[in-house]
Amino acid sequence: MRLGFLAPVLTFAVIAAVMAYALFFLNPKEIPSELVSKPAPEFKLDPVPDYGPGLETAHVKGGKITLLNVFASWCVACMVEHPTLMELSKGGKVEIFGLNYKDKPDAAAKWLGKHGDPYSRTGMDLNGRVGINFGVYGVPETFIMGPDGTIIDKIIGPITEKDLKTRILPRIQGSDS
Amino acid sequence: MFRTRLILPILLLLGSFFLAFSAGAVFVEERLPDPAEEKRARDIADGIRCLVCQNQSIMDSNADLAKDLRAVVRERVAAGDSDDQVRDFLVVRYGDWVLLNPPFKMRTLILWLGPLVVFVFAAIATILFLRRRAAPAVGQGGPAPLSAEEKADLEKLLADDEKDKT
Repeated sequence: MRLGFLAPVLTFAVIAAVMAYALFFLNPKEIPSELVSKPAPEFKLDPVPDYGPGLETAHVKGGKITLLNVFASWCVACMVEHPTLMELSKGGKVEIFGLNYKDKPDAAAKWLGKHGDPYSRTGMDLNGRVGINFGVYGVPETFIMGPDGTIIDKIIGPITEKDLKTRILPRIQGSDS
Repeated sequence: MFRTRLILPILLLLGSFFLAFSAGAVFVEERLPDPAEEKRARDIADGIRCLVCQNQSIMDSNADLAKDLRAVVRERVAAGDSDDQVRDFLVVRYGDWVLLNPPFKMRTLILWLGPLVVFVFAAIATILFLRRRAAPAVGQGGPAPLSAEEKADLEKLLADDEKDKT
């Protein structure tokens, strides 16, 4: 009991440690995705004018891993990950589908014309309902879709170098071999 | 003195402004034709967390997604879903997180029972602490009374003291 006086100090230290962890390592903006390891919801969308054929559920069940990238011309953060997507698409290792979220068709087409088009197919989710079915709550988001159309993983926000190395590339390479 | 008398009415007045303001902040872009259904939709929406602004309900938020989710709730209600079916529709897509009032289940056990456990622990610690402090007074009813021998000694000492003074 001689160390009893340390109790308040210890209590404080534990609380401080938990809070420091939450402050530096947890991101309150990242909501755990409910749909991971569940099948993709059914959808069928028209393409952005002049940008590839339309997009529907069958396309993300094509027997190989694909990326479903949620983007919009009004989304500033999408610019950050755009070069990464262009790079991925040039490498030809993975097919990338573009889900154009709550955008104006003309604006989306203009945006793709200006910055380049990494998508093999695009779909316009004009009223955002497909997005809601996918549990999208911000743009950009990127879904890594399994060969059978299962959502393997979801990247919230722009794809970072770390996301690319730890979450995307290993899976693409894994599916090749 | 008159200043302190003024403060309360002013606070009340300010408070009522905020109250009026928060009650007025309801976003209505569409309304269900049936008032009972509209009320049900709003009650459900009040318990749905806006995923963009996080600590607001979708009823209080003017975020785009909140607006869409309000429309979804109204649609489901109009389609004849029960309150729970509407909530499940959103939980399937966004997880329990979307409910401002999280359900009681294994994964949320710490959340619900944690405070209770802390309270019980603190209560036990407090009782032990108070008992230990009160123990000498309560347990023995103050200092033990002097034995006959001690009394004799004391009297003798006091008597000696008297003698010295004189």
